[in-house]
Amino acid sequence: MTEEQPKPEESPPKKDAAKILIEEITGEGPRAKPRRRGVLGSLLVPMLAIFTGLVLGGVFIILTTPAVYAAFGVSIWEGIKAAWSSVWVAYSALFTGAFGSPSAIIAALGSGDMTAIRQAFYPFFESLVATTPYIFGGLALALGFRVGVFNIGAEGQVFMGAIVATFVGYALKGLPMIIHLPLAFLAGGLGGAVWGFIPGILKAKTGAHEVINTIMLNYVAFRLSEWLLNGPMQRPDSFNPVSPFILDSAKLPRFFGEPIRFHLGFFIALFMAWLVYWLLWRTKWGFSLRMVGANPHAARYAGVSVTVGIVVGMTLAGALAGMAGGNEVLGVSHSLAMAFSSGYGFDSIAIALLGNSHPVGVVLAALLFGALRNGATAMQLAAGIPIDIISIVQAMILVFIAAPAIIRTIYRLRPAAGGEEGVVVASWGGK
Amino acid sequence: MATIALQQQKIEYVSPSRQRVMGILFILLGAATWFFFSRGTGADIQTKFVMTPGGSTATLPDIILPALATVNVLAVLCVILGIIQLVKPRGFGRYTNWILTAVVGMFILAFLTWAASGKSLNLAGLLNTTLLKAVPLTLGALSGVLCERAGVVNIAIEGMMLMGAMVAALVGTISGSLWIGLIAAIASAAVLGLVHGVLSIRYKTDQIVSGTAINIFSTGMTSYISAKFMQVNQIELNNPGVFQPIEIPVLSSIPFFGPILFKQNIFFYAMFIFLALLTFGLYYTRWGLRLRSVGEHPRAADTLGINVFRTRYIAVLLGSMMAGVGGAYFTIGSVGGFDEVMTAGRGFISLAAMIFGNWNPFGAFGAGALFGFADSLASRFAILGVKIPSEFLLMTPYLVTMIVLAGVVGRSRMPAADGTPYVKEGG
Repeated sequence: MTEEQPKPEESPPKKDAAKILIEEITGEGPRAKPRRRGVLGSLLVPMLAIFTGLVLGGVFIILTTPAVYAAFGVSIWEGIKAAWSSVWVAYSALFTGAFGSPSAIIAALGSGDMTAIRQAFYPFFESLVATTPYIFGGLALALGFRVGVFNIGAEGQVFMGAIVATFVGYALKGLPMIIHLPLAFLAGGLGGAVWGFIPGILKAKTGAHEVINTIMLNYVAFRLSEWLLNGPMQRPDSFNPVSPFILDSAKLPRFFGEPIRFHLGFFIALFMAWLVYWLLWRTKWGFSLRMVGANPHAARYAGVSVTVGIVVGMTLAGALAGMAGGNEVLGVSHSLAMAFSSGYGFDSIAIALLGNSHPVGVVLAALLFGALRNGATAMQLAAGIPIDIISIVQAMILVFIAAPAIIRTIYRLRPAAGGEEGVVVASWGGK
Repeated sequence: MATIALQQQKIEYVSPSRQRVMGILFILLGAATWFFFSRGTGADIQTKFVMTPGGSTATLPDIILPALATVNVLAVLCVILGIIQLVKPRGFGRYTNWILTAVVGMFILAFLTWAASGKSLNLAGLLNTTLLKAVPLTLGALSGVLCERAGVVNIAIEGMMLMGAMVAALVGTISGSLWIGLIAAIASAAVLGLVHGVLSIRYKTDQIVSGTAINIFSTGMTSYISAKFMQVNQIELNNPGVFQPIEIPVLSSIPFFGPILFKQNIFFYAMFIFLALLTFGLYYTRWGLRLRSVGEHPRAADTLGINVFRTRYIAVLLGSMMAGVGGAYFTIGSVGGFDEVMTAGRGFISLAAMIFGNWNPFGAFGAGALFGFADSLASRFAILGVKIPSEFLLMTPYLVTMIVLAGVVGRSRMPAADGTPYVKEGG
């Protein structure tokens, strides 16, 4: 890791007061140094965290495969072979489930049959479909972290977004698509925004901690959706708690024929990532938001309203999470059911932290998680490994990202220049 | 006791705005009682409250109330208390919270009278389910109290409970002994607690992140084991049975309270024992004083020679073990089998109960009982044919917690150093 060593002439011996003040305000000072390590250096810890997480997941698979124990009863060599094959079967199923099997793709391309080609590329696009809500959710958390709030309640906001988007999607009839679709999508954002605004204003006005309030609102949202789906929003001809289907004019267009479900939402998500980047790093307004997150005292001293910053931050974060919900309804499921979200909100925490609360990092992390989640579904079918293994791997990755010192100890890396970088998190006591 | 118990000083001063808010709240509750419960009730309808728990030998006569008169009297009482609170200088002063409890109690009684008007409601059964539902909530909340009083936020109660529930069922079935299952549940939660401790105390990870990681891990791990083994082979792997109620002689034959309080299984008694132990430990022993000082001002505690890290480790370990007991209740204490994600967010309600109870063991129990009440009442709505959807009643614990946290009704104060990792000077 030669590139990690800062050259002597680069270490600034003296700084003028203004520079220190700016660094103090923006919080960019200590983080400016690791950036010099280059892209590879800053990706090293996340990559190793992902790798270690997958290795531990493999160990877990081995430990829970009875065939391995039986093989070790025969001989050690047989045991090792069985252990290796159990992991190999699982992870190759994960890979082909996430990206498609290369041989099938080549065969399909060779045959020239469109249906076969779509079939072969289906896993890859399905991974992108799974990635889309993660991008929205990860951005919601990342934006919150940058503004200094921990929006742990993205799950509830996802639900509210989905509820409102569904309602607009089926209740407003006779609108052309050009109006109906954006309206439904933004309605999803609005639903989440309201659910983010409440804890935001409570924190700003009363100091009530947003972590508790958003968790509470999660359950309020669940109960609300439970009631709505069993009552006012229940599909007329159904006894199950499901909403009516949304109208065609509110559906996010899909790019390919069946069975590929890849839809416009993915590009909207990428656009939102760019928008968040532009907002936070390229506008004065976003600068003041980041200032609130980096150092509220300095922000107040500089004339930036911390109250407004927190409320705006929570509301925007809520809106992004709400879009995740709206996106799922308008793009994938086309109706709302009770067990609608598979923990997008909580996975998003890991995604935002893995992406170091930066839009580019969030998109990359979301791609990883989307591929894992989608691949795991195939793995469950092919290898009989329950999909929940992914949660275990995700938790491991989260731990290693949150405590980089563990990774550095395992791989004997030298400590990061300018102290441990950690992750930008607004903590419990950090009011 | 050589150590002076440092009870929290009750704030005697009641701010004028709080006085007014309370007065208006009382009057509003009174008005709501009249508006919602009194208007629709006919003059000659009666409400019957059954006072004998199911299966009890000792009986108490049922209470039969005229519904309309009862509701009206309760409404008037609430309004009168509200007017006194507003008119009297400084209102009820330091007794305001007691009056608030009484008013809320009257509101609930009026609600029950209205809901069960023309029918009968088993009050003893309601109290029984309330306390049973309060058991895991209280154990979880006590876990939170223990950790957070030492300055470590434990958002992982949910995950620890889930793990405890799964391990208790699995080990309990394999070993054939419920006690071994319980011990294994406690041990598994302690391992998670150790991870939380190492991450947040040694590596100074953000405690919420670490807790979230544990929650995700536990959800994944328990669902994985359950899907791969326990659901496939229910009889050999997921069939632990339950702890049977232990009847305490003499006491259990008291009418009404006897069967409710003295004919339960060990988890129920454990809740009260832990409650007493923790209250005593935290407020009347040297250990508790030290633990609380670590949670309030770790640097000062360190200066006095208290080992901050060790104190926090012990608190987190003990706290997680308590959450493990709470988790075991779900399987070997009530249902007798594990289902995926069966705690269903009760760990987070525990967290709410802890805040609602102001980081105080008895407060935590009170809040746990209140939330348990909402839960058990909601399940009776359908039987009583109440028009309000039960989902809204189930929302109330969360909404009430938010209101409390916002300081509208009362201020709950978290330990000063809660959630902040301790960094030794020069270290």
